[in-house]
Amino acid sequence: MSSESVQFHRDADRLTHDLRHRAWIQKALGGYYVKRDEQKAKYTDWQQARATAAAAKYEAVNHLDKYLVELSDKLAARGTKVFWAADGAEAAEYIASVARDAGVKRIIKSKTMTGEEIHLPQALEKAGLEVVESDLGEFIVQLRGEPPYHIVFPSMHLTRGEIDETFQKKLGSAHADTPEELTMIARDVMRQKYCQADMGISGANFAVAETGHISITENEGNARLSTSLPKVLVSIVGIEKVVPKLDDLATLLPMLATAGAAQNMTCYNTLLGGPRQPGETDGPLEFHVVLLDNRRTALLADPEQRDALHCIRCGACLNVCPIFKNIGGHSYGTTYQGPIGSVITPHLRGLQSWKHLSFSSSLCGACGETCPVKIDLHHHLLQNRRNAIAQKPVWWEMPIFAGFAWFMRRPALYRFAAPMLRLFEPVMRAIRGMDIDPASMWTRTRDLPPVPQQSFKEYWRARHAKR
Amino acid sequence: MKTRKVGTLAIVCRDCLAKEEWTENDLGSFLVKITLFIPCFIDQYYPGAGIGMVKILEKLGHTVEYPESQTCCGQPAFNSGYWDEARSVAETMLDAFRDAEVVVGCSGSCGAMLKVFYPELFHGQPREAEAKALAAKTHELSSFLVNVLGVGDLGASFAAKATFHDGCHGLRELGIKREPRELLRHVRGLELVEMREAETCCGFGGTFSVKFPEISTAMGEGKCASILETGAELVISNDSSCLMQIQGLADRQGHKIKSMHLAEVLAHF
Repeated sequence: MSSESVQFHRDADRLTHDLRHRAWIQKALGGYYVKRDEQKAKYTDWQQARATAAAAKYEAVNHLDKYLVELSDKLAARGTKVFWAADGAEAAEYIASVARDAGVKRIIKSKTMTGEEIHLPQALEKAGLEVVESDLGEFIVQLRGEPPYHIVFPSMHLTRGEIDETFQKKLGSAHADTPEELTMIARDVMRQKYCQADMGISGANFAVAETGHISITENEGNARLSTSLPKVLVSIVGIEKVVPKLDDLATLLPMLATAGAAQNMTCYNTLLGGPRQPGETDGPLEFHVVLLDNRRTALLADPEQRDALHCIRCGACLNVCPIFKNIGGHSYGTTYQGPIGSVITPHLRGLQSWKHLSFSSSLCGACGETCPVKIDLHHHLLQNRRNAIAQKPVWWEMPIFAGFAWFMRRPALYRFAAPMLRLFEPVMRAIRGMDIDPASMWTRTRDLPPVPQQSFKEYWRARHAKR
Repeated sequence: MKTRKVGTLAIVCRDCLAKEEWTENDLGSFLVKITLFIPCFIDQYYPGAGIGMVKILEKLGHTVEYPESQTCCGQPAFNSGYWDEARSVAETMLDAFRDAEVVVGCSGSCGAMLKVFYPELFHGQPREAEAKALAAKTHELSSFLVNVLGVGDLGASFAAKATFHDGCHGLRELGIKREPRELLRHVRGLELVEMREAETCCGFGGTFSVKFPEISTAMGEGKCASILETGAELVISNDSSCLMQIQGLADRQGHKIKSMHLAEVLAHF
């Protein structure tokens, strides 16, 4: 078992027993389901919209060579510097060097999961820079020294009381009760940071090849401030974020808002086209776009699961996932939680270390059903399982499944299964839930059904004997 | 009695003379030779579901066959990543159903294995065509009754307040949602109420339930809570595996929940 798997089992087991957590997440998502359905109902045909969104991403992902070059050329034409980073280390190094060259001390950062993926804030802090998160949820988990709990709602696991406690402890603020008061406390701190920051860092929701725009969608206005006030701006963009046409945003932005936050549209939608142009009075003097691979091309090389690069990071699959709802976001130990994380993390960070996430699913398919860009998520979990076992079978499972197959290939032998079950039932009952119970993983928490006096096969034989 | 081909079905009908060309829409009035697919755990633990299926199909006048060489569909190995082992078991099923005209099973999950996953499992393999043929002629019971035979009212009576649990594979792999409700709507004395999050997984998930028992149990607890909220005394499903999870947990935790397979309820004539 990998150390990642050990951590997963430990944290998941703990969280599933935390009834307060279970009730809190259920409550938080209960409101989301109602509003999401209201927003979906506004579409003439949600399924058609999904197909259109998936087609736009399919076109982009299957012609990355073309659209990334187009994007890069269009960005460069307006004076943006484009850096192609093979991995997280290259990206962080480049951004640190940009900061060094421009004499940057303080960085204000808006939400970027790609930045989280490569541990960008930590790398920059190590280089002696101050990094402050400007997204409220991210700001809260940053104060607590926690990773984001959810792709879209980083602090959804925290109650108002816990946030108040964090603010009092970390910011020295007075006790606050209402969301408005808490927001004002964070805003007071952040306004200072916006003015002091000499570098802004953002992610990207989409990157438009046709026009050379970075598209950012948000609800707090913090990304707009982070990207327009500081003199240097860096946007970190996973290469799968490119879309061919500006028109594609007309489908993708409302879908992202609907699926991700149960909104018609998010409040602030920004298109970043380049640094301050001659004659303009504001905006960053330098604009750097870092295009990040970080093993996305390895996923691209897998024709079965390539569509996982369609992901627009809306988090909808997390919201409907019964596993996520019970184990919470932190148990995964990954940047991307929930079904999409379970699918892509093995590709990004190694199959053998992260295969347990693909096994930890009832394959219910709620994720694939909800995905706005139609990623075949739960079937990809099955494929990850197959690939993991083909690469390296589990030593103790091999004889079990070989034995299972040997037995099930022999109908004449299988006939004895029913009498054997009946014979052993009293013993199984006596040792139920004990360590020596071979079914203990079931019987510790659940009863087994009674073994019937007659199996179906026996019923059928008896019926024919009578005739 | 004569046999006619309609689509993939070989139809045994009383009167084959009336029309030259038939479509699947005409099937409702025909008599069909049906081969039963009884998944291994239905055979071993829930024979009542299989027997119910026999009663229902025979009541409608169809001939029922049961090839005794069928064992397991291979899903436990398939879902665990052991596709070679799964395929070797699946071949036993290909053999068992080779001569079947139409295969009807009473589990959404095992039905999905035959209908959706066999073509994938045998993709590029020597017996791919056979797997695809089996997939095409396989049906889940409620879907077969409603969509193929066009039956709604089976003349059943069952006095109870009940709620229906959608097994995930039946729901999402096979697209079955309306059909069991349509059949239950006609059961005399049965009051059907919808539970909150009826489409949320019960937490069984085959080998998942024993590999991750804590998560599986927590999911089952959520499902039991949804059922209890409705005030129904009975939970019905077209998947016995879900019912094994729900009943097993309810019994252990002392909840007054009784579970029955759809076929058992419908066979109460």
